[in-house]
Amino acid sequence: MHDNVLLKLILIISPLSLVAIGGAASIYAPLQHQTVDVEQWLSAREFLNMFAVARVTPGPGSMLTTLIGWKAAGLPGALVATLALYTLPCLICYTVAQAWNRYRGTKWHTALERGLAPLGVGFVAAAALALLRLADTGPLAWAVAALVAALLTWIPKLHPLLCLALGGALFVAVHLVFGVS
Amino acid sequence: MAPSEQPPLDSPPRIKPHVSLLAIYRTFFWIGLFSFGGGLSAWTHREIVLLRGWMTNEEFFSGYSLGQILPGVNSTNLAVYVGQHLRGAVGAVTALGAMLTGPFVVVILAAITYDRLSTIPGFQIAMQGVAAAAIGLLVRMAITAGQNAARGVVSVIVMAATFVAIAILKLPLLLVAAVMAPISVYASWPRAQ
Repeated sequence: MHDNVLLKLILIISPLSLVAIGGAASIYAPLQHQTVDVEQWLSAREFLNMFAVARVTPGPGSMLTTLIGWKAAGLPGALVATLALYTLPCLICYTVAQAWNRYRGTKWHTALERGLAPLGVGFVAAAALALLRLADTGPLAWAVAALVAALLTWIPKLHPLLCLALGGALFVAVHLVFGVS
Repeated sequence: MAPSEQPPLDSPPRIKPHVSLLAIYRTFFWIGLFSFGGGLSAWTHREIVLLRGWMTNEEFFSGYSLGQILPGVNSTNLAVYVGQHLRGAVGAVTALGAMLTGPFVVVILAAITYDRLSTIPGFQIAMQGVAAAAIGLLVRMAITAGQNAARGVVSVIVMAATFVAIAILKLPLLLVAAVMAPISVYASWPRAQ
């Protein structure tokens, strides 16, 4: 029965992993349907809690999948769910990266590399804005993000952990002073 | 698997630094463990390009674009790309495994203790602040990268148009890439000297 759950995890997550283009967030809806409504490994409430946990812990937001595996079948489930999410996309990415690096130095490779870099910059900037909207914590989040970006411009070697700690401390301080909860 | 025999035509030959697997593991382990709220790629850029010089900006950002277009999670695609670039298959597996080790353990511990953690006063608020700061890291990375990738009028327009199309117009990323990539690549074609 346990093996059955593990197999189901693979069958649900692997195909979804291939359609997660531009981030794991795009598969959360079908993932919830399959694991909550169909398989009933966890309740809707638990799913949301696990989403919150994955958001506040380090690592890719997709660690949510790990937690679903954990809820479904303990540690083996967590391992299987994680592998199921990363194996196929990483194999594809590896193959592409290998081909990509083999032709380094050719004219068209140089053109592709120079041409794709500005796209990457646009993607990053768009991701930053999307995350700010997702954070849903209002002007304070914008202010902290701007402050951190400015600080790093001023002191480029500033350790990222210090910036993160500063963000957390500022939020707590503002909420203490202004009493917003 | 044989290295390319073609001599580099255009870009000057760059000596690729030799990086040990242990160094890759250590670097990506800390990147994975300390990246909150979507700051993974910003942190990766800082460690790999700015601090260690394992890759150039262009190598990094073209790989970043590839990772965005391909299916899968961006940050782990990026880890695979960087690992492959540095040490081939072993490097890719090392980077990916290292990036996931810390978060895997932490996320399960957090799920176990979730009910207790969320009762600590201010915990949720502090985590929101941490997430906001992580976005700041991302903004700073976009600025640095933008300065480096701005090779001419077209590249600046491409950056701005990509951003507006995705962030403001909310067009699908793949569609934007399909339109912008050919324009941008065409404009970057090395001209005969």
